[in-house]
Amino acid sequence: MKAPAGPPPTPLLEVNGISVRFGAVQALERVSLEVRRGEIVAIIGPNGAGKTTLLNVVSGFYHPYEGQILFEGRDRTQLRPYDVAALGVARTFQNVALFTGMSVLDNIMTGRLLKMRGSFLLEALYWGPAMRQELEHRAFVERIIDFLEIEAIRKASAGKLPYGLRKRVELARALAAEPKLLLLDEPMAGMNVEEKEDMCRFILGVNDEFGTTIALIEHDMSVVMDISDRVVALDYGRKIADGTPDEVRADQAVIDAYLGVAHA
Amino acid sequence: MLEAVFLSPFKDMLGAPGFLVEVLIGGLAAGLMYSLVALGFVLIFKASGVFNFAQGVMVLFAALTLVGLMERGVPVVLGLLLTMVVMIALAFAIERVVLRPLVNQEYIILFMATIGLSFFLEGFGELLWGSNVKKLDVGIPDTSFMVRGVQVNKLEITAALTAAVLVTILAVFFQKTRIGRALRAVADDHEAALSIGIPLKTIWVVVWSVAGLVALVAGIMWGAKSGVQFSLSLIALKALPVLILGGFTSVPGAIVGGVIIGVGEKLGEVYWGPLVGGAIENWFAYVLALVFLLFRPQGLFGERIIERV
Repeated sequence: MKAPAGPPPTPLLEVNGISVRFGAVQALERVSLEVRRGEIVAIIGPNGAGKTTLLNVVSGFYHPYEGQILFEGRDRTQLRPYDVAALGVARTFQNVALFTGMSVLDNIMTGRLLKMRGSFLLEALYWGPAMRQELEHRAFVERIIDFLEIEAIRKASAGKLPYGLRKRVELARALAAEPKLLLLDEPMAGMNVEEKEDMCRFILGVNDEFGTTIALIEHDMSVVMDISDRVVALDYGRKIADGTPDEVRADQAVIDAYLGVAHA
Repeated sequence: MLEAVFLSPFKDMLGAPGFLVEVLIGGLAAGLMYSLVALGFVLIFKASGVFNFAQGVMVLFAALTLVGLMERGVPVVLGLLLTMVVMIALAFAIERVVLRPLVNQEYIILFMATIGLSFFLEGFGELLWGSNVKKLDVGIPDTSFMVRGVQVNKLEITAALTAAVLVTILAVFFQKTRIGRALRAVADDHEAALSIGIPLKTIWVVVWSVAGLVALVAGIMWGAKSGVQFSLSLIALKALPVLILGGFTSVPGAIVGGVIIGVGEKLGEVYWGPLVGGAIENWFAYVLALVFLLFRPQGLFGERIIERV
């Protein structure tokens, strides 16, 4: 990648010292991290470390009681989820949130909602510019369908798909929004080896072909080390490591968190 | 006995085809009137998964508002426009006061809230406009004309056409448009809908407004037929079997369900009624709904109920 001339670009996403509490549970404590443009950043940590909470804060589902979130250099700490989406942040969910009553194609088309404009009346009549617009968006969605190799299930009802495919359709819906930042919550959880390999290929492909910046949560360490540019490790709501995959793998705090510390 | 149940009614039908057609048209029209009410339920159920107990009262409230305005000398067209504004304002108010504080609560809680809403609207409507029976006259005469020896009621035909147009627009709207797709998305999964940039608030206001306008249409038709009075809100009870037949999530289902019930109860009343001393019209719909619940709980057009274990 060629470095653009001029001042160093601000990171796409900056999280500065955010804390979140649920009742007596301190889910996140002064966590800071940044995601630079074009990167794939993995967030790892044992169960209950606060990974999903972090993702929910970034996508506006929770709001921290202290700290700040900057997206493209602007303060976005208190935005609602749909405003965050409008800024260009798309996400997937740990337990797949598809619209089960709709076809795969319609599911992915919902990802284009923010890109669509038009007159209510014309749309109701499905006529003129409204129809042209629908067709344009349809063309883009078909590109994503090709890219993720789900042509065959285009018309299928999303609720009837096997788990691995549902995760792929959810990724497709997120991509349809042409996000600047893509947040993936355990994109490979519950998949077999083959499905995991496919998903890795797609994630790298998305990063490569669409230039999308990606932050993902993952448990499978081998996967994380393979595809990420940078790894951030959390434990008990605190950041314990941040660096290249090799650095984080060798970090004593990370090893302790995953394997447990021997109490002598 | 068997002959009286299985043979003679059909002989009667064939014996006087003109009369049969009249009964069928009457049933069809009554059915479409049920459908108009059922539509309001379907819209809200589709977009928010909430069964809106207050839909029947919304029909009454819309009709009351229109009649009340007209009694005060407002011309029909202006009255209609004002009532539309009132129904849309009502949608905004419901979103703000009832729905927003209950986001992400169990559906049963939202359902209970709509029961409360129905009591409030009933009282509020009567407080504003009084509780006496009112006559609604929007210029559709309740008279009949003859087509080839068959009597046809103008009001019934108007209601049928209105329902048909309304349904076509709504069906296309839900299936083909951006907002329709957003509505279905919200119904399916609140979180996911938020994450792709759909503001729930806006969607709820839109869908309650549309349901309010559908209630207005139903209110006009029923009000013109049987006067505007409290019992108007009870036709919601007739919409329930329609929904069970057609499926809670299907716009065309609401229409077909309404027609089946309308035609079925009229035929039952006229041809089989004398056998049991009449009043078939009063229970036919519910018995049919019960049968459907036993054998096809998702209704004719509802989404298949899939249980994943």
